[in-house]
Order: sequence, then C-alpha cells, then structure tokens
Amino acid sequence: MKTSDNEVSAQANAREARVKADRPAEAKTSDNEVSAQANAREARVKADRPAEAKETPTFLLDGEEISFTPGQTIIQAATAHGVYIPHLCWHPEFKAHGSCKMCTVKVNGRFGSSCTMAAQAGMTVENRTTELDDKRRTLLQMYFVEGNHFCPSCEKSGNCSLQATAYELKMVSPHFDMFYPDRAVDASHPDILLDFNRCIMCSLCVTASREVDGKNVFSMGGRGLLGRRIHISSESGKLADTDFAATDRAASICPVGVILPKRKGFAIPIGERKYDKLPINRQVTEVTP
Amino acid sequence: MNAPTPPVKKLRVATTSLAGCFGCHMSFLDIDERIITLLDLIEFDRSPLTDIKHCGPCDLGIIEGGLCNAENVHVLREFRRNCKFLVAMGACAINGGLPAQRNHLDLRDVLEEVYQTEVGLSHGGIPNDPELPLPLNEVHPIHEVVKVDYFLPGCPPPADAIWKLLTDLLAGRTPSLGHGLMHYD
Repeated sequence: MKTSDNEVSAQANAREARVKADRPAEAKTSDNEVSAQANAREARVKADRPAEAKETPTFLLDGEEISFTPGQTIIQAATAHGVYIPHLCWHPEFKAHGSCKMCTVKVNGRFGSSCTMAAQAGMTVENRTTELDDKRRTLLQMYFVEGNHFCPSCEKSGNCSLQATAYELKMVSPHFDMFYPDRAVDASHPDILLDFNRCIMCSLCVTASREVDGKNVFSMGGRGLLGRRIHISSESGKLADTDFAATDRAASICPVGVILPKRKGFAIPIGERKYDKLPINRQVTEVTP
Repeated sequence: MNAPTPPVKKLRVATTSLAGCFGCHMSFLDIDERIITLLDLIEFDRSPLTDIKHCGPCDLGIIEGGLCNAENVHVLREFRRNCKFLVAMGACAINGGLPAQRNHLDLRDVLEEVYQTEVGLSHGGIPNDPELPLPLNEVHPIHEVVKVDYFLPGCPPPADAIWKLLTDLLAGRTPSLGHGLMHYD
C-alpha cells in the first residue's frame, strides 16, 4: 500500500511539474508577444527534428505530454509517467511479446501495439478512447470465453491481472458463447499447482524460466484455439519431472491463476487483495506480479 | 380512498433462480431496510419472495443462475416474453458459474455416480419420473439463449451493487458499477 501511495503522489508531482512547465510560456506571451511567438516557432521546429533537439523528447498521450528517453517503447514511457495502458502479456522486466493486443493504441491515427512500438518525438497517441476500450473489452470477452475463468473458485481472484483489466474496462458479461474447453490440471509438483484452465498464453512463464531461471521449463506449442497450449519440458510432460522450483522467477510471474503455490490458499481473504483495494489503473508503476 | 396523491405507478419486477443457489437472492435481501424504500417504488410479480408461479407482464425480470435443465430454459423464455428488461444476476447466469463445472464430465457418468455408485447413497437408480425436467448435457449462461439487457456480475453480487443497479434503472439511468461494486468473485 505504501508503495502505491507514493506512486500516486509521484504521479501527481509529475503532473504538477508538467503544468508548471506550461505556465512560463503563457507568461512570456503576455510580456513580449513577438519574441514569444518566435520562441514557440523555434520550439516547434526543434520538435520536428528530434535528433537535433537537446531537451527531452516528448509525445502526446491522450492529450498529455509524455517525455521519454530514446529507445523506450510507448508503454514504457507511459508507465514511467504513471499513465495506465491496459496490457496482459507485457511485463516491465522482460522484452515485449506483443501477443495479447490489449495495449493496442492509435498512433497518429493508426493502430499499433504500444509494447513494441518505439516512442517518437511529436507522435500523437490515443489510449483510453471509447473506440479502443470497446475493442479491448471485446478482446477480454474472447479471453474469458476461450478459457475456463471461474473466478469464484480461483485463488488468484483479486490479484489477477486479467480480472483487474476486465474490471477496469467494465466487462460485465462474456458476450460470446462459452467454449468450456477441456484443459488439464497438473498437480504433480510438490510445491506448485498448474491449472491450465486459466491460461491466456501470455508466455511470461516461458520467458521467465528461460531468461531468469535458465531452465526452459515451459514452451508454447500446438495449433488452433484449443490445441495451442503451454507444454512442460519433461519426458512425461509433468512439472514434477522438471527441475522447476517454487523459488523460480517463473513460479511467481503468472498474471492469472495458472501457476500457484500449494498450501497457501486464501492467506489474504477475498475483498482485501491487491485489486480489491485499488483499481489496476492506480497501480501502474507497481511491478506485477 | 383517502390517499393524498396517487403514487407513481410502481414498476413490476419478477425474479427467479434457475441453476443457482439462491445466494444472489440472499444478497438481494442484504439491502436490508432499503427494501422498504424499494417497495414504495416496485411491486413483485413471480418471485421466490411471492411464490407466484408464473410471470405476467413486467417491467423488469431478474434472473439468477444458468441453464442446467429443460425447465430452466422454459422459465427463462417465459421471463423474456413478459419482461421489458432482463437482468442476468450473478456468475451462474452470466457464465454458467459453479454448475457449469460439470461441463467437463459426461452427464451419464455424473448421474451414475450421484445416484448409483457413490458410497452412502440409496442406490435407487437415476430418477426417471416424467415430472422431472431433463438435464441439459452442458450448463450454459442465459445470454446464449435469450437477449439479456443488463448484467450484474459477482458470486454473489454485493447488496450495494444490486441496489445500485435497481436505483439506476428506477431513475432511468444505464446501470454502471464502479470500483468495489464490480466483482467476479
């Protein structure tokens, strides 16, 4: 909670600083309009040639000026400013996967994934528009019908990124017909339970196991909506027959309720969990999970 | 009649629980004394609260639970025919919920286990009375069968969320649940 409070105030400070930065320009106009106009023109010329500009480059995100360091993606710059762009498969610790499409924004009028698109000076980015949020809600509804997301029985409920994103986008129904796919549960490991009913194929476990743990326990395979799944890299296909450990980064990376520690159910009661307290758009800079 | 001014015409509301546990109806009763305020504004048609068996023309129908047998589908269609607006209340009505967890099992296996093979039961055989509605192979949410106008998620939806939906509708607003009232669990 402390962290999130600090972040909220940090966001407020950043916004204040931005407002202050705007004020001197207004003052100048009243003092000496001619020179101010010249300055403004100069500034505009500079903004057109970001490579030559010495000041921090910026772009517009829903009308708000966001500064960035060259090389940052749109979602990285937004997150650093405490601005929420809905996302599922993106995680600040890892290279973007670009598969969930939840972070789709409109850049200068064209759709693009904000997790893979580099921020460019002067670009105009639309994020939380009705049009984009409607599309994101439809995507979420597809995620919910193609898996078995039965929140009332899920230990991740309240800490789940998929659920919190659906709350944020006001998804009240799955809209489409349910698939109720048959998906396996793997309870073979002594410390970790795998419930693939909830998998959204974000591949974060694959990446974390490979890049952080150096183990390569998970991989993506299969074809088609119901054939495609996460595979376990062992002869038997069981997690118990891998060198997976509860201390692995991959054991805590799952944004939904697939990879869960055993014997820790409901340690924090429903109603007092992360997204019960504050909506996901107020916990932007907090690394999840 | 000595009534000073004729009251505003009350909205007629019907409610039912299909493949649900009545938990949503219990949560509805958790609006506590606000139900007195509510009864100035609405009157109940078919509902577990009135025990009226069939639904007449209503302004609002509230459905708890999904569809697990033929009778559920029949009742749902009766509600849709008679109600101007239909609300899916709770997880089961919205996505099948707990009863839908049987969708991964063969229906015959489930019935055999419950009525024949399970230890401690009377082994009387699978009930086959013509009065009993036939179970569906799979449990499904109600929006797959009829058009649903509003959804109220939660297992159960908190009383405050039910109150918000009802007061929004009574005031002629599109219902909207903010943070804290929108829950899937």
